[in-house]
Order: sequence, then C-alpha cells, then structure tokens
Amino acid sequence: MAKDGSKAAPARTAKAWLQRLFVRLGVLPFLLVVAVVVFALLSDNFLTSRNLVNVARQSTYLTMVAMGQMLALITGGFDLSVGTMLALTSVVGATAMATTYAAAPDAVALAVALGVVAGLGAGVSIGVVNGVGVAVFNVSPFMMTLGMASVGFGIALYMTGGVPVYGMPPAFGATFGFGQWLGIPAPIYVTVALIAAMYVVLNWTRMGRYFYAIGGNVKAASLSGINVRLYLFLAYVLCSAMATVSGLMLTARLETGEANIGAAMPLESIAACVIGGVSLRGGVGRVGSVVLGAIFIGLIQNGMNLARIESYLQTVVIGVLLIVAVVADQVRQRFIASLQD
Amino acid sequence: MTGSVAERDGAPGGGAPPLLRLEKLSKHFPGVVALDEVTLDLRAGEVHVLFGENGAGKSTLIALVAGAQRPTAGRIHFRGAAVELGSVHDARALGIGAVFQEFSLVPQMTVEENLFLGAEQMDGPFLGKRQMHARAREILDRLGFPLKPTQRVAYLSRAEQQMVEIAKAFRSQLSILILDEPTASLTERETERLFSLIAQAKAQDVGVIYITHRLSEIRRIGDRITVLRDGRYVATLGVADATEGRLVELMTGRVISQIFPTIAYRPAETVLTVAGLTTATGSVKNVSLTVRAGEIVGLAGLVGSGKSEVARACFGVEPVRSGRVTFAGADTTGRAPRDMLARGFFYLPADRREEGLVMLRGARENIALPSLALPAFSGRLFLRRRSEQGHTVEIARRLNLQPLNVERAVDQFSGGNQQKVLLAKALSREVKLFVFDEPTVGVDVGTRVAIYEFIRDLCQAGAAILLVSSDLPEILHLTNRAYVMYRGTLRTELVGDDITQDKVLSHFFERQAA
Repeated sequence: MAKDGSKAAPARTAKAWLQRLFVRLGVLPFLLVVAVVVFALLSDNFLTSRNLVNVARQSTYLTMVAMGQMLALITGGFDLSVGTMLALTSVVGATAMATTYAAAPDAVALAVALGVVAGLGAGVSIGVVNGVGVAVFNVSPFMMTLGMASVGFGIALYMTGGVPVYGMPPAFGATFGFGQWLGIPAPIYVTVALIAAMYVVLNWTRMGRYFYAIGGNVKAASLSGINVRLYLFLAYVLCSAMATVSGLMLTARLETGEANIGAAMPLESIAACVIGGVSLRGGVGRVGSVVLGAIFIGLIQNGMNLARIESYLQTVVIGVLLIVAVVADQVRQRFIASLQD
Repeated sequence: MTGSVAERDGAPGGGAPPLLRLEKLSKHFPGVVALDEVTLDLRAGEVHVLFGENGAGKSTLIALVAGAQRPTAGRIHFRGAAVELGSVHDARALGIGAVFQEFSLVPQMTVEENLFLGAEQMDGPFLGKRQMHARAREILDRLGFPLKPTQRVAYLSRAEQQMVEIAKAFRSQLSILILDEPTASLTERETERLFSLIAQAKAQDVGVIYITHRLSEIRRIGDRITVLRDGRYVATLGVADATEGRLVELMTGRVISQIFPTIAYRPAETVLTVAGLTTATGSVKNVSLTVRAGEIVGLAGLVGSGKSEVARACFGVEPVRSGRVTFAGADTTGRAPRDMLARGFFYLPADRREEGLVMLRGARENIALPSLALPAFSGRLFLRRRSEQGHTVEIARRLNLQPLNVERAVDQFSGGNQQKVLLAKALSREVKLFVFDEPTVGVDVGTRVAIYEFIRDLCQAGAAILLVSSDLPEILHLTNRAYVMYRGTLRTELVGDDITQDKVLSHFFERQAA
C-alpha cells in the first residue's frame, strides 16, 4: 500500500497492471475466471442459479475441512488425517445414532444429539492424539498425521466391517443433509457460521495471532513468551473439530455412516489452501482465500461433471491444478522480489 | 616471515597484472545495496585481510569472488583477463577455493564424500571410490588433520568440520584461497597448523583473502588490510600502518565521540544476580555477575565465548546445569521465557531473522507479540485491534521507524528498520531489565546512533541494561561496568575508567605472547 505512490512513473500497460494484480491477489482469481468462462462455454446449465447453489452446497464439506487444514498449515505443519476423521466421525456418529434410535424410536432429538456428540468425540480424539504427538513429542506432522490416518481408517473399517451403517432417524438427514431455509441448503448456514468463527479466531483473538507467529518463526514466538506447545496442540484439535463437523454434515447428506468417505480430503483440503495462497512453510494464509480455494475446487468438479468428464480424469485435473498453483506462487514470489528493487 | 612481503607494499604491484582485480564491483539485494562499487586487487603470494563491521560487505565480496553469487555490476579480472564467475564450479576451475563460515558440508555424508562432492572421480561409468578414498587420505595427511576419511561429518565437532571445509578448498590446485574467520572454532594448535598451511600456500604464490576480526591474527599473517564500510571501499593499508585506533575509525567512519551518547548512570538496587551459573551444554562455566537498575553492564567477548548463553540461560532459553539466577528478588533459575517476560525481563536476541521476528508478518503484529495478553492489546476473548494499532504506531514513531507503516511485512523493511521493530517489541510492555544481544549487528551507522540513544534513554529512565556484545567500541563507550568472557568463563570485571581497550582486549583473546 505504501508503494502506491511510486507506480506513477512507468507506463501503465495492461501487462504491468495484470502483473500487479497477480502479485496482490495471487493466482486464484485468474483461475476462477478461466474456470467459469470455460465451463460456461462447455455447458449451458453451468451458470444457472440452481447449479450455482448446488456448487456452493457441494463445496461446503471441503470448505470446512480446508479451514481446519489451514490452521495446521499456518502453524507450519499439515494434517493428513482429516479424511480419516470424516470416516471415523461418520461411522461412530451413525452407529451411536442408529443404536439409540432403535432402542428408543420416540426420542429422535436424543438420538441425534447423542450421535453428534459421539461423532464429534471420535473425530476430535484423533486431533488430540495428533496434537500431543506433534506438540509434546515433537513428532513431525507428516509422520504423526499419516500414522493416525491409518489408525483411524482401520478403526472405522473394523467397526463396520466395511459395510455402511444404516438406521439413523430420517429427521437427521432431512434436517442437516437436505434441509433448506429460504431456499438455501442447511450445510451452507453451518459453513457460513464456521467461516465467520474462523475469521474471528484468526484475526481477533490471541490464539489466531499466535498460530501465525508460531508458523512464521517458532523461535521468535517462544522468545516472545508464547506457549508454543499449547497452541500447536490447539491447532490440531481445532483442525479435527472442523473436519468432524464436515463428517457429520456429510453423514446427514448420505443418510448412512460410511468408512470410506473423505479419502480424497487430505489432498483436496491441502490443494484448496495452497490454491488459496496459504504458505506451506507456515505463517501465511487468509480464511477468505481458503474458502474461495475450496469453492474453486467444487466448481471445477461440478463443471467437469456437467461437461461429462470422467471422474478418474477429474482426479488428474485436481492434481495438475495443485501443482500449477504452487508454481504460480513461486513465480509470484519472484515478482514480489523484483518489485522491491 | 612477513618481512619479505611487506617490502612490496610500497611498490605499485610491479609490471605483471595482479592475481585478482575487482573493478567497481556491486551487489544489490532487494532493498539493500550489499556492495557498492568496490575496487580491490589481490597479489600472488599475499594475505589480504578484509576488515569491517558485520554487514560491511565482506561476506558478499567473497561470495562474488567464490562464484556463489553474481555481481549486479562491475568486473572481476583474473590474471589480467576479465572472467564471469557464474557458479562455484566456474570459480573452482580457476583455482579459487573458499572456506565460508557457514559450512557447505552434507552432514549425512562421510568426510571423503564431502571432499569430492561435485567433483567426484570416476572409474569408468562408476564412482571411483577407491581412488577418492586414497586421495582423501593423502589430502588430510598433507594438511596434518587428524580425520578419518570414512567418518560421517554429522559426528564431527565444529572444529573438525572446519578442517573438512578447509581440506575441501585445498583439494585441487589453488590460485586463490578465501578464508572467512577460519579460526573462530579452532584450538590454538589447529590454528598454528592452519597458519603454516597459509604460509605454504603463500610460498606457492597463492593469493589469500582472509576475513578476521582478530587484530592479533592480522599482525601475525596479514600483508595488507582493506577496510569496508556499509558496502563501500574505505582504504587499504599495509599491516605496519594498521593501528587499532586507525582501524576502528576507518571501520565506523566516525570519530568515536560522534557515535556514542554520554550517559548519566545512576546505579540503584540490584535487579539481576547470577551466581555460579553453568549451562547444560557447558558453553558457560561457573559465571557470576550482577546488574543494577540505572546502569548499563557490558558482557563482552568473542562470538562463541558463551556471553549470549549467559543471557539466554537467565531468560530460560538455555538449560541450566547448576547455579542460581535471581531476578527482582525471586529465584528464577530455569524459569520459562513466558514467566521471565511477566516478571519484567526482556531479552532481545542477536539474530533477528532467526529468532527475533516473524518476517512475513507485519510490524504491528511483531511489536505486539510479546504483550498480546496485556489489557492494552486484548480483552478476555478478543484482541483490541484499535488499541493495538494506536500503541504500536506510537512505539514505532518513538523509534522513528521508516517508513512508518506498521502493516508492512517486516521482511520488506531495511535491515536497520527491522532492528528497530525488534527493539520496539521491548517497548510494548513494562520492563525492568533489558538484555540486548548484539543490538547493532548488520545496521548502518545512522541506525546505530539511534539505537545507542534508545539504550541511553532506557537507562536514564531507570531500567537495568545488560549489553551483550562482541563490538569493542560499544562496550568501551556505553557501559559503566563490563564483564569479559573467554571460552565460557568470566575473565574479569572492569568498572568505569578501567574499561579500556587494552584491558578488555587482553581478556578478549588468548593472551598475546608479546
């Protein structure tokens, strides 16, 4: 901002202007524009309001997980076990709900409440173990969360034998999965509330500030009197909480407890963050951009579905986009350095 | 030994071109001019000492000569012909070998693998391991280093790693040898060995560029000395003309009285007492000292003498094996930094990039970081961003931060202003004792003066100040009491007029023979 005064001298060509925009906003706005244009050309249904609401709803699950993932990334780590949290939450939550409902078919609210609490507990307990491993025992986040991904997935499969869990009260799915209010699906309300909460946590609380400081420079943070272990621990617990809520919402949508949901979540959530400009080295990242990153991935998937691109190929596209985003960020760093001169 | 070379000082280099000539060499980094049109020549068979403060451009200059970085402008002539040194590889091909302070060794590899890294000998399509092993042994024997070629570098001591680094430079035929503070981690015997190697190299017409802060070494092996300041060339002198006073004046560019403010010391109650402190790593052995309110106490010594570790142990960063730290009337031995901050002990680390600042975040966030839990910055749940803004801007203004934009990321400020952000952190809360660890490393003279005035104001306002520094003039002119450390032990305490160059220096280095 301070440099605005100095840009009068050179001729303001369109290229220079685009470059400046790129440096300020990152690659995401460009990708979004390109994606919207391409898919609008490929399919007439793409730009309808119905489809766009659909995109928003489909993106909510990833958005929640990506915001959790962002916390781990900001502190300079990452969480590969987010997919497992979804699975375990779904299986445990559904089992608890179905069991209670079977025992007391009248107490629907009780069944739902118990199921939600059990699911939350199961998912967050993985986050707690991650947090203890990373913060207290200094296990690298890579190993810790990779290990827990295996543990959680194994437990979820063991509990169900790989078979979906049926028998939840229909009201659960009807409310949280398919419910609408003023024409807007329920998951969107939940997600918007979480986005707001995450924005407040990161920008208006000490905890948020400390996450950035720890990821930016652990030593400086600890010399500034910050309890690094505590906040690292909290980052992983909060991350798991976000993933868990996502798991519950997805369970409501599917109306069954599934052990194999969320398999693509680790990659997609990290992709959403990186495309949204979160630094893999820690210390940098904004809620708004991460949400946009998640929506972008939802948009791509939706667009490719409408354009009848095979789902196996879609995986290829997501991977390519992730790498493009990282390369673009490197280029951007170079631009920033050259603009400094 | 230096006599025959010293005679050449007066003569203008003779007819032959110098071994190496740097012509108006410049190096710009984003926001910083590290080297500004420096012209210099190196003759065959001389030891040319580079002298200057930290950040004067010495390291940049040798990085350019060694091919590790490329100049922004200017030319390098080697034996009279202009050369482009695009990489370390190019430089090596000309026989330019460098030993940097930061080692270029791969810790997981063995000594011999490191020695031949990037220049492996081949046996047909495969690595010639046997030849390399034999060659490595031969090189190490010739240099007289007691190292096994098959040892893993990670398990070597720092001095031994230094030897590997030196051996790497001596691997091939040398024409220029660059040494950056090579004796910093060597013992006296190893240092002797290195000096005789340098003498050998000189006899074979190798030109040596030697960076050191140690005046005794300059006298011992130097032929000519070039002083750099703020990236610019200042002067070149023969070793005979280089008195300490003259060197300091050239190095700082000011008469001493212009740099240092006069300070009214009013020593009051004792704030910090350290008794028999020994750290777990043994970097500090049985150190005792006191600091009182209203005075500036110096803790002097070379890099690695353990002076930082004393301060860090008091702040709870360095584990303590034995001894007691008493701060503000309470036993605080082994307390965590968080607790020490709450008690009013503020430690400003020496390395602002590594330990001091969160470089990618804004100045406001950095300044408020140690004090975020205080009512001025946050309530029970939420941050008070407006109040935070007001406080940090006020602090930044007091320190004359340029530009006065607290939202700007710290790594986009100049080095001097980054240092100001670091100092600003200390002003965000109530502090009884400030510990400044090398507060003026890598800053220009203007910022230096500002920092000294800042320290003076704190002292005159009644705070206790411990100034940890390897910068001799800083100790001489700012402190009213000074301790000198050498290799982990406290050598002496000097008070008032007793703090003189000779007295401090005699404890700084190993006692000079003469």
